Amino acid sequence: MSAEARITVTVNGLSCTRTVDARLLLSDFLRHELGLTGTHVGCEHGVCGACTILLDGRSARSCLTLAIQADGANIETVEGLGRIGELGRVQQAFRDHHGLQCGFCTPGFLMTITDMLRHHSLENDEDIREALSGNICRCTGYEHIVNAVRELARERGPLK
Amino acid sequence: MSAIDASVEMRPKLVGQRIKRTEDPRLLTGSGRYVDDIAPAGLLHLAVMRSDHPHARIRAINVGEAFAIPGVVAIFDAGDIKGDFRSAVPTSRMKGYYATPIRPLAEGKVRYVGEPMIAVVAESRYAAEDALEHISVDYEPLPFAIRQVDAVADDAPLLHDEAGTNVIIAREFARGDVEKVLADAAVVVKGRFRMTRKTPMPMEGRSYLAEWDRRRQALTLHSSTNIPGIIRDVLSGCLDLPGNRMRVVAPDVGGSFGGKGSLNHEEMLVCVLARKLERPVKFVADRMEDLTAMSQAFDELIEAELAVDADGRLLGLKADVIGDIGAYSIYPWTGALEPVQVVSFLPGPYRIEHYRGRVRGVLTPKPPTGPYRGVGRPSSTFAMERLIEMAARKLGMDPVEIRRRNLVRAEEFPYRTGSGIIWDRSAFQECLEGACDLADYPALLRARDAARAEGRWVGIGLASYAELTGIGSRIAVAPGMPINTGTETSTIRIDATGAVTAAFGISSHGQGLETTLAQVVADELGCRMEDVEIQHGDSALVPMGTGTYASRSAVLGGGAATKTARVVKAKVLKAAAYLMAVPIEDLVAEGGVIRASSSNATMTFKELAHAVYAQMGRIPHDQREDLVASETYDPYLGTACSSTHLAMVEIDPGTYGVTVTRFVVAEDCGRIINPLIVDGQVHGAVAQGIGAALLEEVVHDADGQLLTASLADYLVPVATNVPDIGIVHIEAELPNNIGGFRGMGEGGTIGAPAAIANAVSDALSHLGVEVDTLPVTPERIFRMVEDARTIRKA
Repeated sequence: MSAEARITVTVNGLSCTRTVDARLLLSDFLRHELGLTGTHVGCEHGVCGACTILLDGRSARSCLTLAIQADGANIETVEGLGRIGELGRVQQAFRDHHGLQCGFCTPGFLMTITDMLRHHSLENDEDIREALSGNICRCTGYEHIVNAVRELARERGPLK
Repeated sequence: MSAIDASVEMRPKLVGQRIKRTEDPRLLTGSGRYVDDIAPAGLLHLAVMRSDHPHARIRAINVGEAFAIPGVVAIFDAGDIKGDFRSAVPTSRMKGYYATPIRPLAEGKVRYVGEPMIAVVAESRYAAEDALEHISVDYEPLPFAIRQVDAVADDAPLLHDEAGTNVIIAREFARGDVEKVLADAAVVVKGRFRMTRKTPMPMEGRSYLAEWDRRRQALTLHSSTNIPGIIRDVLSGCLDLPGNRMRVVAPDVGGSFGGKGSLNHEEMLVCVLARKLERPVKFVADRMEDLTAMSQAFDELIEAELAVDADGRLLGLKADVIGDIGAYSIYPWTGALEPVQVVSFLPGPYRIEHYRGRVRGVLTPKPPTGPYRGVGRPSSTFAMERLIEMAARKLGMDPVEIRRRNLVRAEEFPYRTGSGIIWDRSAFQECLEGACDLADYPALLRARDAARAEGRWVGIGLASYAELTGIGSRIAVAPGMPINTGTETSTIRIDATGAVTAAFGISSHGQGLETTLAQVVADELGCRMEDVEIQHGDSALVPMGTGTYASRSAVLGGGAATKTARVVKAKVLKAAAYLMAVPIEDLVAEGGVIRASSSNATMTFKELAHAVYAQMGRIPHDQREDLVASETYDPYLGTACSSTHLAMVEIDPGTYGVTVTRFVVAEDCGRIINPLIVDGQVHGAVAQGIGAALLEEVVHDADGQLLTASLADYLVPVATNVPDIGIVHIEAELPNNIGGFRGMGEGGTIGAPAAIANAVSDALSHLGVEVDTLPVTPERIFRMVEDARTIRKA
């Protein structure tokens, strides 16, 4: 069970190489091996979406992915979206609309929404709620998050 | 410089504004620090072996090859740590109450599936969990009664032999002669209402990290708790460490809703083990562990009868309640918290002269129940509001009108309910009207009737309730509980750089108190909000603090902030008067600048602080005072907070799925500190109420096994389950507490289940269906509809 493998991944633009247990979850790899604790683990069974990251540009559950599956991949996490004093656009919309309370699910929402804005039309609130329905937030009741996404969808450019 | 109109300058500028939260930048950038983000050198990880029996004697434990797993450091059962702590005992002054002791690991017997039994400590969580696979337990199964109706029976198997009974709490509230009014009333409606068991399900699992400082022989517990002060106080006793060597820090906490608001087994365990091993020990509950063993909630069976006269006036109410409190009484709230609140609040915001409410709290082999948003009142409001609508239907009266006739009116405050609760003035009637106005109730009725004419199942439901928030020292948050929940202390200091630090005993975990309390402090002090740092969530900040729960922090924290800031401000102005050589009455502080109306002189807080602290001799030594103060606030009585919820639903006659199509909340939360944050609290609480009404149910089968141990089985609302929520804030006469704030944290969860239950009943009124169990799932609706059709055919 302790077979190890050497992997190289690009995380938020930086390449890193590590030897990891074959069974190490990608979420644990990001949090404990790389110290990127912005990615949170909410259920470890793929339902809540708190651990969502972008894997080669598309949203993925890092708790259902093994680190070795990400070998050679390009990973984006919440730490890559912006920083204090220089919030990224999705982060800023969340702040403007009070789209977070305890903040635990927030990184997963931000990454999901980043993907949805790039790839989905999100023409109305029904689309937006459908797009968000794979992520659980227990604090906000979603309305402020929907408001933030509506604003982002209106102002963004063409889909990728 | 022109003359300043002090009355305008003194007007608060920040309280009342939609200020963006100061917490957000760190949380949005992944820069927050939750317990699991902290990893000190030498960290060990704890995995817990849990009981898979609901009631059994532990005959033997065999660790097998567990120690052969690389990285395993130690394995403990209850016997191995017996001398390392004293049990926590959630005592109560209530008569006849039995307090079950709380220990880190089960001793001799297990009493619910999921109870911690064996601790494995290893270099990694992976290794610790591997070791669990090798450990086996020889159980002697014992008889048990899993349902509360069976567990109250005289011959039911006992869960705690020492208690001599499973019924560890029994209370009765009575006023007047309810039997007589029930016998004489024009209309009597009754029901057997069941609010099933819930789990709070915060997004962050329970997380604990204990660090033992060998040098100071001191323990620091980083805990995802919302009651760090209470945990410090109890662990100080359990571990025999004075408060200056026992510190509890709650860093960023990913929600609680009550689930992290009690002492947890694992919280004690990491402390015991960190001291024993002299290494940092961390436990992070995974989702299955939290769904299995976090404190659960509600689980009430309410049999109630309501007597009403021909004009729709409520005459009397009688209720018999059995609360299923689980296997243990929880610390510090006791098992009385939830069930006793049900009978205390059952009469609701209504004028009802005759009342009798009886409650029994019964032990069953399930996880202990503890606080969950709303505590008791979601269940009591569900039962009462169902009865009111049933009565209205029987009388052919509009559900709004029957409430209008019975809600306590402005001139009747303070009103004492049949259970003894005193309602201070609050906008009971105005909230009812406000909700109907915002929803355009007549138009909604027309829309419902038009949909019905097309054969659609559409219904409207209301719920009115009142709650006590920001409770002071007159009554304990949980009845009979011997800890003080009625005070809050704030320590404010302006340091030598002019920065303001305000420390509290509260513990914000999503409520945005770093923002709202900074608004209050900045307004009161006259400094800039960006110069204020709010500190909280750390038992070392104030001598005695409890935390954030029971919708208390805006009322008590806001009051303490105001009181303390006023003392500091007096010191600021006294120093400024001397330094600027003007009378103190001429000074106004605003936006970080102190101005003299009688001259052109100004001074910033920074300049003043520098003069006071750093410039020797600027102020004569016998007049110089540090710019600090610490004050404690006690609102004594607490404030009433009231609301009316209005829901419209549509049921799919094919799938029996319920869609909430409209939801409106009118609430009176007093003076609003930050409307953005209040709206967020309402939205989130209503979403949890929708979950309680339609989705969420912890299910234990007849064998005591949990059937809802994943988020695919325990369903919480996602974005597609929740509509946009219309909110109207009714600011009636302000309550008589400092600041005029009322608590806003819980109400949504109180009103929404009842409003939706009424709306579903209304949608099925053509079949005569009355909802009596929540959640009203598609399966339950299917059964109710089938039963109704069978009866009709017969």
